[in-house]
Amino acid sequence: MAEVDIDKLQTYIKIPAIQKDSMAGDGPFKASAEIQEHLGFPREKVENWQQVAIEKMAETTSKYRSVQVFLDTCVKCGACTDKCHYYLGTSDPKNMPVARQDLFRSVYRRHFTFAGKYFPKLVGAKELDDAMLDDWYNYFHQCSQCRRCAVFCPYGIDTAEISMAAREVMNVIGVGQKYSNQILGRINKIGNNLGMPEPALRDTLLDLEEEIEKETGITVKLPLDKEHAEVLMVTPSADFFAEPHIDGLIGYAKVFHQSAVTWTMSSYASEAANFGMFIGSYEVMRQGALRIRKAALDLGVSRIVVGECGHAWRVAYSFWNTLSGIGGGAIDEYALKLQRQLDSNYPQPQHIIEFTYDLIKKGMLTFDKTKNDHRKVTFHDSCNVARGSNMGNIENGQFILPREVIKAACNHFADMPNSTIKASTFCCGGGGGLLTDDLIELRIKGAMPRMQALKQSQENDGVNTLAAICAICKSQFSKVLPNYDFDPYMIVSVHQLVSDALVLSDKSQTKTEDSL
Amino acid sequence: MSLTSIIFTLFCYFSLLLFFIGLSYKIIQYWQTPVPLKIPITPAPLKVSGVFMRMIREVLLFESLFKSSKWTWFFGWIFHFALVLLFLRHLVYFWPGEIPAILMKTEPFKYAAFPLIIGLLGLFGRRLFVDRVRYISAPSDYLMLVLLIVIGGSGMLMTFAHNHPNILLVKSFAVGLITLNWSELPSDLLFLAHIFLVFILIAIFPISKLLHAPGVFFSPTLNQVDNARNKRHISSWARQKETDKEVSIEQNSEKDE
Repeated sequence: MAEVDIDKLQTYIKIPAIQKDSMAGDGPFKASAEIQEHLGFPREKVENWQQVAIEKMAETTSKYRSVQVFLDTCVKCGACTDKCHYYLGTSDPKNMPVARQDLFRSVYRRHFTFAGKYFPKLVGAKELDDAMLDDWYNYFHQCSQCRRCAVFCPYGIDTAEISMAAREVMNVIGVGQKYSNQILGRINKIGNNLGMPEPALRDTLLDLEEEIEKETGITVKLPLDKEHAEVLMVTPSADFFAEPHIDGLIGYAKVFHQSAVTWTMSSYASEAANFGMFIGSYEVMRQGALRIRKAALDLGVSRIVVGECGHAWRVAYSFWNTLSGIGGGAIDEYALKLQRQLDSNYPQPQHIIEFTYDLIKKGMLTFDKTKNDHRKVTFHDSCNVARGSNMGNIENGQFILPREVIKAACNHFADMPNSTIKASTFCCGGGGGLLTDDLIELRIKGAMPRMQALKQSQENDGVNTLAAICAICKSQFSKVLPNYDFDPYMIVSVHQLVSDALVLSDKSQTKTEDSL
Repeated sequence: MSLTSIIFTLFCYFSLLLFFIGLSYKIIQYWQTPVPLKIPITPAPLKVSGVFMRMIREVLLFESLFKSSKWTWFFGWIFHFALVLLFLRHLVYFWPGEIPAILMKTEPFKYAAFPLIIGLLGLFGRRLFVDRVRYISAPSDYLMLVLLIVIGGSGMLMTFAHNHPNILLVKSFAVGLITLNWSELPSDLLFLAHIFLVFILIAIFPISKLLHAPGVFFSPTLNQVDNARNKRHISSWARQKETDKEVSIEQNSEKDE
């Protein structure tokens, strides 16, 4: 357990008084020259970095209306100041969303606005000097891009957009973050964030098949690179090896088994996560999306389903159609080919929760809910799902569907306090490219608001299980729960709950459910 | 015409010129800047009608602010609402010719000056006394409130403290600005201060945070429909990229240009 000095956990959220520079520091490890080069960024900090940075800012504001409008419209009303989990957990005023944006905005004002050029002191305009760049690197890597601030801003100003823009500017001048950029290098080379090659992946899946068979006596397949399967399943690679993620993967396999829909995973595109979003690079993000498009084309599938991964679902749901044209309206030949290939009776892509929910609604899944009776479950809305996507194409579907799936598999469910779930959900503390040990203090402190809400549910409703649909949330919670005196194994995949309660039928024999 | 009248007349047109040129520039800039990705923020409407309703709720009721901070919402909302009433109240001065009956009915709107000042003082107090808001405040943030308080205060002193300038002169000056038939303005200091500061406010609109007024309509998180799966959304520059280049299925080794 990582040792970080934290206050005793309360069951309510207290807004702390500001403590200047309480999280000052050097930020996370920087990317090496090789890592930077691989992504097409300068190997090290370029000599005329200020000039390059200002030019990049000009480019970004001219290409992204969000950034341009958000930089201009903030009135410093303060509505967002107590909304960020990192501020609540660290008390550092630069972790207030508006103050974080102001690191970028003050430079924007200095170089791009009349008032900032001629009256910099009056409007808080500042030069991009070494100290400012250090603050950028440190504090734009204390933002998990969770968008909670944007929900509460009267102008919808989304700090995530600013932090993505700032990270891209830093990458372009050769100052990259090791964790995110190293992972992006692996996915481009090997196909997943882990750098897990095809044989290892195949072995893992075979092991899982054996494990399921040993446990249930039923053969459940986890197919890889099976051509002409109906569904291409794209899931975060953590599902292949990490706990508790892997039990979720078993859950998907069992659901597919019951659905009788043929499915496959791809060794070429064995990663749903797309860290291109975290570093604000449209092009890098697009490369990840095109990789999945190629896998779908090569395998000849008619549906694409995405596993439990928060930001992957945001990218898939909100961005894939833009990046790779999978849903119609694209012009290049591969997009057109894919559009002909995909089954238009289903939304493309679909979330595994949507897939499972549909089967539940059609009565195609049978659950023995008593298998989960030792659990009192609550659901952690992952930020990118909650605030950057939808499910089921119904208003608030991204909140309704996961809860309905949990309730179909469990008898005991209780939500955490209203101000901490759904649109107002608190980030786990590890999203947005911060899930790295060099940021462990930040991760522990940033988890505090979620932990407070969880403690309240534990005390009021006896909650002992925290379910999530995001690989980052699951890893982060496994790590930080002990710091707050919770059981690290209380975090589970929603599809682990499904897996534990799902009544499997043996497809190799013609048995009715009653006989099982 | 006196020199003061000439200066004030010229300054009025000058500030209006800055206002319209600056604001048009910003609006065109916002309009022309592409939106590369779908980024609506929850609760994101699935249909255009939902976006329309959302915008109305945001602009008229400050819905998100209400969710975040009741005090800021209260002071902010009564200030803005009072500002609208006072704007309507002032139309009567500028109306050339016979005044429509409906404008005559705006007389009681003058009392909106009280909630206006209360709202502004509340916002000022918040900026001073809440440590988080104090931290994020630049001098211009305080000055903007002071400017509005002085405008409101000078107006109140004229209206409610028996300092009313010659109403006929006010009227002929104001109408003169509209009809280009310029005339003498009252030389009461309160009145001069009042309109001078209003001209300042108009002039700095496009170069200050007052841009939040047009900006809110262009905010992609608020004005987008959440329908990315059904309808492809693509920016001009991204489409250009797609059409310019021979597409290959394996684009993964390609570097960012």
